[in-house]
This record gives sequence, C-alpha cells and structure tokens, in this order.
Amino acid sequence: MHFGLTEEQKLLQETVRSFVAGECPPQVVRAVFDAGGAHDPALWKGLSELGVAGMVVPEVYGGAGLELLDLALVAEELGAGAVPAPFLGHAMACVALSLGASESQRERWLPALASGELVGTVGWSEPGGVIDPEAFTVEFREGALFGAKSLVPNASAAGLLVVAGPDGRLFVVERGAPGLRTEAVSNIDRTRPLEKVILEGVPAEELEQPVGDRVRDAGLVLLAADAFGCGHRLVRMSAEYAKARQQFGRPIAEFQAVKHQLANMAVEIDPSRALWWFAAHAFDHMPEEREKAAALAKAHITDRAARVARDAVEAHGGLGFTWECDVQIYFKRAAFDRVVLGTPDQHRDRIADLGGY
Amino acid sequence: MDLRLGAHYDELRERVREFARANWPLRGAEAELPRREQEILFRRRAIEAGLLARTVPRAYGGAEVPTDPIAEAVIRQELDAAGAPHRASPQGTHMLVPTLLEEGSEAQKRHYIPPTLVGEIYWCQGYSEPGAGSDLASLQSRAVAHGDHFVITGQKIWTSNAFEADMMFGLFRTEADEPRSGGLSYLLVDMKSPGIDVRPLRQMNGGEEFCEVFFDEVRVPIENLVGRRGEGWKVSKATLKHERMLIGDASYARIHFQNLLDLARRVRHGGRPAIEDPGIRRRLAELEGWIACQVHASQRILSAVARNEDLEVLPDMLMAKLNSTNVFQRMTRMALDLLGEEALTEPSPDETGMAVGTPTPGRWVSQAMVAIGTAIAGGTSNIQRNIIGERVLGLPRDPRPPGSAGGART
Repeated sequence: MHFGLTEEQKLLQETVRSFVAGECPPQVVRAVFDAGGAHDPALWKGLSELGVAGMVVPEVYGGAGLELLDLALVAEELGAGAVPAPFLGHAMACVALSLGASESQRERWLPALASGELVGTVGWSEPGGVIDPEAFTVEFREGALFGAKSLVPNASAAGLLVVAGPDGRLFVVERGAPGLRTEAVSNIDRTRPLEKVILEGVPAEELEQPVGDRVRDAGLVLLAADAFGCGHRLVRMSAEYAKARQQFGRPIAEFQAVKHQLANMAVEIDPSRALWWFAAHAFDHMPEEREKAAALAKAHITDRAARVARDAVEAHGGLGFTWECDVQIYFKRAAFDRVVLGTPDQHRDRIADLGGY
Repeated sequence: MDLRLGAHYDELRERVREFARANWPLRGAEAELPRREQEILFRRRAIEAGLLARTVPRAYGGAEVPTDPIAEAVIRQELDAAGAPHRASPQGTHMLVPTLLEEGSEAQKRHYIPPTLVGEIYWCQGYSEPGAGSDLASLQSRAVAHGDHFVITGQKIWTSNAFEADMMFGLFRTEADEPRSGGLSYLLVDMKSPGIDVRPLRQMNGGEEFCEVFFDEVRVPIENLVGRRGEGWKVSKATLKHERMLIGDASYARIHFQNLLDLARRVRHGGRPAIEDPGIRRRLAELEGWIACQVHASQRILSAVARNEDLEVLPDMLMAKLNSTNVFQRMTRMALDLLGEEALTEPSPDETGMAVGTPTPGRWVSQAMVAIGTAIAGGTSNIQRNIIGERVLGLPRDPRPPGSAGGART
C-alpha cells in the first residue's frame, strides 16, 4: 500500500510551483486582477510547455497520458498561486475527449488540446443553479444544440466547448459556430472569468461515450484541489503576517489568541489534503468510490477554504479588508471554487443519496 | 498511490481471522477461568503467533518480527472485529514498554516487560498533579533518597485506572535544588506499597476511571529508578521516539458515524424519521466530509511511517489529535441534536466507558461528555494549538520560565 505521491509526482508539483513563482508572482496576479481578468496567453503557453495542457491526454495524441491525481497536483499549485489560467475548463474538456470521444474525434481535437493551442472548456451548470444532469434542459435536435449553460469558465478564451446534456451525453461545439453567444457573468474571482453560453441551434457533434458524470467528477476534484491550494497558502500568508506585524512592542504571533486562531485555520484545511488525493486516485482506480469521493472533496474542502479565507481577512487586520492585500484575491478564488459546479449543500444532498443515508 | 494492500496482507488478514476464530472466546475448562486470566492466555497465544508485541525482542516476551505498521493495522482491525481482548493496559504496552526498551536496565526489561505485554501487570501513569497539568515540569511530589530507597510524599491526580493498576510509572522530584524538569526522576512504584491511597474521582458522566493517588512516605527501591537520577524528563520523552506505536486509525470515527446514521433512522422529527429531513441529511454529509479527512489523513500517515518517510507527515501527525477531538465533538453534538428530549438521559454505569458499545441514548450522552474530555486528556487542545502554531507554522514559542528546559505536556 502506498498512500502518497511518486517521485515523478513530487517533481511535477515542484516544477509547476517554481514556474508559478517565476512567471506568475503576486504582482502579475494583481495586474490581471486589476485589469478585470483578461486571459494571459503567454502564461497559458508557458504552462502548456510544461505539459499542463495535455496532462491527461493519451500520449499518442501528444499528451502525457497521466491521471487525475497529477492534474489535481497542478490544480493545487495554481490555487496556491491564484494563477489566472483557463485550466479548469480545459482540463475537464480534455477528460471529456480522452474518455468519451471516438477515434476520429480524438484525432481531430486532442492533439491541439494537448499542446494548449486549442483551449477547451465545459458547460455544465444551467441557469438557476441546476447541476443535476437529469434536470438539464439543453436539447440536441438534428445535429444542433438549443439551451443555455451558466458559469462556463473562460468561455471566450476557448476554441472548443463541451456541452453536457442529460444521461451523461456530451456535445462538442467549436468557436464561431452559428447560433453561439456568450454573455459575461458577474464574478468576483477575476482570475477566472465565467460566462453564460447561449445555444440557439448551434451545430454540435456528440461524443461517442456518455461520460458526463466522469467529467463532472474530475471538475469537482480539481476545484477541491484548487481550494486546498488557496486555503493552505492563506494560512501560511497569515502566519507570516503575524510574525511581521508588531503591536504592543512585539510580533502579534506571540499572542496566544492569534497563535491559536492560526492553528485552528491550519487544522481546518490541512487534514483535507488526503481527501482530495484519495478522490483523485479513486477517479482512475476505484470506480465504486469515485462519485461520492469527488462530491465529498468538493463539498468539504471548498467550504473549509472559504472558512479559512474569512479567518485570513481577520488575521490581517485592517489590511486584510483592502483591495491591495492579496487575501482578497484568494478569498474570491475560494468563493469561485465553492460555487462553480454546485455549492457544498447541493453536493451534500448527493452525498446523502450516494451514501444510502 | 496504490491503496491495494496486496496478497501478502490479504493472507495476513485471513490468518488473523483464523487465529481469532480458533482462540477467542476460549473453550472448555479455560472458558471457566476468571476473565483477566482468559485475556492473559489469549494475548500470550497471540504473541506466540506473532500478532502482538511484534517489535519487542523475544528476550523480553515479544514476538520480535520486523516492524510493519500496515501489518499491525490489519491485525488491530481484525482482532477488534472479532472482539478479542488484544489491548492490554495501554499505559503499559504503549508508554511503559517503549520507555523501558529505550532507557530501562536489563533487569527492568526482563522483569517488567513480559508480564506487561500479556496484561499480568496493569500500569497507571503518575504524571499530572493538582498544581502541574499542562505545565508538567512544575510537579512537586518528592522522592527523597534514603539508602537503598526513595521515599515519596505527594499527590498525583487524573490518574486513569489507578484503582486497578498494579504498578505506576511516574515522575517525581528527586533533586530538590534543581528547578523544573532538571530535578525529576522516572520511578516505578508498586501500587500495593504501604502509604499509597487511591481515591477514584467521579467524572461528569458518572464514570470512575480516573483517580487521585496520595503518597505518604512510600518506599520505592532504588533499582526502580529508570535511567539516571534527575534525568526523568528525558526518560519520559523516550516514549516519543516510539510514537509510531501510537498511531491510531480512524476506525472509531467510522463506527461512530454508522451509529449516528442508525440513530437518525430511528428517531423521528415531526412524525417522520429524522434521516428524511434534508437539513439533517446535509449535516450528516458535512460530518462525513470531516470523517473522510480524518480517515484518509491517518491512512497517509500510516503509509508514510511504513515507508520511513515520517518527516513528510510530521505536520499531519502534530495536527491529528486536535483534528480527531474536533471531529468527535461534532459527531456527539449531532447525536444530542438527533436525540432531542432523550439528550437528557442519565448514563447508566455500563454506558460510561470509553468502549464503543451499543449506541443507546445514555451512551451518546456519556460520549458527548467524553468528547469534551478528549480536549483535556493527554495534552489539552490549547496546548495542541501551541504545538501546531510553533512546529507547523513556525510561530514564536510561548514564554517559558527562565532557564527552563521543560515545555508543555504533549
């Protein structure tokens, strides 16, 4: 038994971490944030060159043929750096095509997705916070899609959109297809824009396999890993601040009230690392555990990160409440992780059903 | 990641099951023996079969097989499932034995370890005193050397199971001139010695597991000193080197959660089973998130320790106690909410133990109190927060008395 990472996985995470530190330091994140969250093609190109874009794409199509855990390790680092990149939707689209596409569909799209030249995304939720595929109203008639998808990550940057329908069915739409419109959605997390996609008879191609559930579960695990990265970083930022900030002639970290608050934050988030590792591993290796583990990871960890983010604002005092303090960026990123693809309570309803309560 | 145990451990699991079926409960004339003797027989056979006391040398009554935390977890799970009495006095097997292995004399090891492993000797831990709780190094009970004896005068408190213990290991002040931890020695005390008075304390849940122990000129032979005089603090810390033996699994959390689901199915809210209430279902699912973290975090710790990668999981180990205390408290609070009016049930004497028994209302009420006790016993939650702040987050240390080596009790 080995509950842990391989040397390759540790190296992968180290590589992404140093890339983020070098290419996407806090001042870059702040600049993107202040500019309203524009897509940064250079950053995405750099990540793609590291292999991030094609991580789970089979090697024959130019990918690395790795697993969801590898992808989730990247997600943790992107969360820890609040990296503005179209990673989430792209990763989910790669999972959709790698698992669900026919041979010819794979040949057509996967190489460009794997290299990162083609950015993918997935439209899952529908307006009104609908996440249950059985309640989706999007329709596929005579080769065309009708309906709408809300909260689609980085839709404008994407050249390929995977639309989720009922019964796990998935449909591919290409950029510029007639009848396709996007509308910006108000979103406090400016590191990852969200858009509403309106489909008015858009030509689409159905994927061969109805693997919608797996695409959703991959997304849930990646959001959990991102939230973990945010929360873990916030605890360390708060500890550093408490060591540097002086009041009453000494660092406030010497006051037990502060020390205990920071310790509680660590215990809030840190033990959840093993949960998303497990959920990511189960995705590829334990089919009977996959769905519930992904829901548990998403519901639990995104809630924990949101809680830690509230505490981090408080731990930073007045500074924590300002726009100039990076805590606000993580606070909002954690909020995105919590809401996109369904709120914790929505997933707890599923957990109760899946767990046979 | 590879969560399959593999054929080796699957075979071990089958062997432990077979052993448990064949050896517990005892049969024939043995089944008529007093309970404690039956348990001793079982443990002796389990050691012979290589299932208990695995890392203890044969010369001291152990099984002497290479350390393997995963095998030990499998054995624990299966013997628990069989209801077999494999856990001897935990103060003895988990604290005293590792300490003697590290710091004891050859005579002490040969004399005390074998009977401790099978449970012929029950131990209690004489650390806390009325004036020395988290600040253990300030303890005042004195052991004065007189020829070939120490003479102990003083008081210990919160001494779990002292009423049934044969022996105590404890810290006593032997060097009057040395401050704090510098003046302490680690002594083994026969609880039948003249001058010892054990008074059980009644706990808030009605149980009586811990005690006060009074010492009035109690004579302890000098050969019962472990390690050197004045170095008792260091000796007591030797246990920490064996903390891998203390790694728990989260199986109790799983059992409590299943019991909680059963409770939610049984009790009715507004004329319907509580389990059908969407709010209750969400709260249960939220609890399951906490439990899943605890379960997988302990899996990860176990795996790392088994691969000698302890350092990688040190922060997780330092957080484990506070985390499991918090989870246990959340679960028992939920139980009280589900119980409604039954949350007032007075626990009966057989509902106050630590054991996970039939989850009756009285036992849940008791467990809700025990869950608060876990935030106090064995290093309080506030002390855990200090440790996490200092050793995980690198925050400044709490102020210590000048010249003090002794930190807070962990």
